[in-house]
Amino acid sequence: MRRKPLSAVLLATALLTVAGCGGGGSSSGEAATAPKDPEKVSGTITVLTNRTDLVQDGTMKKYAAEFEKTYPKATVKFQGVTDYEGEVKIRMNTDNYGDVLLIPSVIAKGDYPKFFAPLGDTKDMEKNYRFTGKTDVGGKTYGIANFGTVNGLVYNKAVWKKAGITDWPTTPAEFLDNLKQIKAKTDATPYYTNFKDGWPLSSPWTNSIGSVSGGADAYADLATSDKPWTKGSELNVLDTLLYDIVHDKLSEKDPTTTNWETSKTDLAKGKISSMLLGSWAVNQMRDAATKAGENPDDIGFMPVPVQKNGTFSATMLSDYQLAVNTHSENKPAARAWIDWFTEKSGFAAKEGGVSALTSITFPDVLKPYQDNDVKLVERSEARTVQVDAIDNAAEIGLAKQDYRQKLIDIARGAQKGSLQGYFDELNKRWAEAAATAGN
Amino acid sequence: MTDTTSKAPPAHARHATSSPRRRPGRGAPPTRSWHDHPLRRITPWLFLLAPLALLITFTYIPVGNMIYYSFTDWDGVSPDREIVGLDNYTQLFTRPELFRVFFVSFYYLAASAVQIVIALYFATVLSFDLRFRNFFKGILFFPYLINGVAIGFVFLYFFQDGGTLDSVLSWFGVGGDHAWLGDPESANTSLAGVSVWRFTGLNFVLFLGAIQSIPGELYEAAQLDGASRWQQFRHIIAPGIRPVLSLSVILAISGSLAVFEIPYIMTGGATGTSTFVIQTVKLAFQFNKTGLASACAVVLLLIILVVTWVQRRLVPDDKVDLV
Repeated sequence: MRRKPLSAVLLATALLTVAGCGGGGSSSGEAATAPKDPEKVSGTITVLTNRTDLVQDGTMKKYAAEFEKTYPKATVKFQGVTDYEGEVKIRMNTDNYGDVLLIPSVIAKGDYPKFFAPLGDTKDMEKNYRFTGKTDVGGKTYGIANFGTVNGLVYNKAVWKKAGITDWPTTPAEFLDNLKQIKAKTDATPYYTNFKDGWPLSSPWTNSIGSVSGGADAYADLATSDKPWTKGSELNVLDTLLYDIVHDKLSEKDPTTTNWETSKTDLAKGKISSMLLGSWAVNQMRDAATKAGENPDDIGFMPVPVQKNGTFSATMLSDYQLAVNTHSENKPAARAWIDWFTEKSGFAAKEGGVSALTSITFPDVLKPYQDNDVKLVERSEARTVQVDAIDNAAEIGLAKQDYRQKLIDIARGAQKGSLQGYFDELNKRWAEAAATAGN
Repeated sequence: MTDTTSKAPPAHARHATSSPRRRPGRGAPPTRSWHDHPLRRITPWLFLLAPLALLITFTYIPVGNMIYYSFTDWDGVSPDREIVGLDNYTQLFTRPELFRVFFVSFYYLAASAVQIVIALYFATVLSFDLRFRNFFKGILFFPYLINGVAIGFVFLYFFQDGGTLDSVLSWFGVGGDHAWLGDPESANTSLAGVSVWRFTGLNFVLFLGAIQSIPGELYEAAQLDGASRWQQFRHIIAPGIRPVLSLSVILAISGSLAVFEIPYIMTGGATGTSTFVIQTVKLAFQFNKTGLASACAVVLLLIILVVTWVQRRLVPDDKVDLV
């Protein structure tokens, strides 16, 4: 008998704790604005970032020191998070997720007002900022892009020249021919998939949706499409290209043991001829080239080999977006940091990215695009919420590596199936999910 | 804490009224002893307070939460969630592809059998007096001490094209042109091999401990009767370690159903190496279906409980009596 009261108390405590965990914080909806006078900005803010490398080598500290010169009463602290998506997602179940953070991609757009303070009305913001559509909820903007990136292939010019190729390929078939030429005439691996690390199969390829048709709405249109892998569609052209590269043995011999860090040096040294990445990668490759004692100017950047009416199109979309925690106690300081970081820090240019500000011109990395009249398409984010909802319901994962890993496995004969059969299956799953989710 | 102390006085009061009835039965001394002190009744609870608090906070509450999530459509981050009843479970049992991954477990189950045999062999051999006995024991147990992530990376290089395995094979003139992680069959076999390498040490130590607890006279008597090593194993060691053997089998089965670390690090579940746990993790953290993933976890827990129960039924845990 005696034992019961105590266990009852324990059970009750347990239940209370469970119940206590259930609740979520409510948001005030108060906008984060920075006062005009820098003297009035005060307080300590914590900035969460995925760039642990920049936190460790002190680059971020230098930015903070510069910032504190203009805003003497404010202090900035950084928290570098290695597994950014995974860790911040869990922290966002509490109120304590920094003052300034990058919006994790798992957060549903509709939930932004619950987590972040609005930064201003979209109709005012879009005059000065690029990529505002991505965080626009109900006419208010909740995030400002870190920087934007333009998709394309990073390639080693020296290798391509050695194989006798000087012009950019204009069709997937021509690109495959070029890769075959490279395979025949040089020792380089024509294309490197980075299969093991996976992400180079997901975002660079999916971000290229829009390069085929040159339309800004290509991604948004997936929300209303029943069969996104129908012949001639964006995903069909891109995924077929990847399939053909692997099927024709133009990629690395053993994809299951690839390594991203080594692949940078290998591309710089000419052991790899090309990889589909984005403008952000060019500077990293050039760094790798300098470190390996190679010529950094050998690293080139070209658009996805598809032309519409004689012009290339390259999609431009935002990297992570900076947002202010709605539970922050120092919203003015947090906003001041975001403004300073986008306007004054020069971070975007250094990363080879497109600045979020419309007033700042394109970085040097994109010069070859401008010289060759590549059309830059800013991806419309109008229906991203629906597309993501369908994608998750279908468990395909356009932005995850798994489905393209399977595509590669089919292409190299490691798994049973045919390209058309796989596309049919994807179409079917997409259509089923579209019927239930995303509307 | 406050609850326990506030409960104490009434407990004492109740005890006082009931004591006349109990005392004669117990034959307790007539004087009030330390045994009757209320503090004595609380003491065990005070000792248990820390472990219980830890157990409840870190095991039962999370499990309770998980069971609760499995009845919701929570995406893992949104403050809102709806109770959807048995929807997740219905979905789980009406989608055969979610269960197909259990086939991969057969590779690991087969590997576990190999692992138990190897461990048993070495444990038996090393339980006899041998030269460098402790050295060999150390070598066999060592892999188990290494962190799983490190093992994943080590073996990733090992299986790489032109990696350690290929170079070793080429010394013996065997053409090393096989992509070990390249197709589902070879990849799963390779991964299961890594798991054997890693866990043999644990089984080995369990077996060795059991074997060494068998009294030495038995061997002596057996030797006097002219029993061979095999006969000693068959009639002394094997029955002597039966409880440990059956424990190992349970661990092997539940382990094979819940393989995660090694395939997740080495292949990320690509090329047909996805296991049920990897699939659950992907549902929860890639497709934001925390509700469905929780249901998967609950089902896995139930499957393992059932398997254990069946196994205990088939092979009851009898007392071993060698003498």
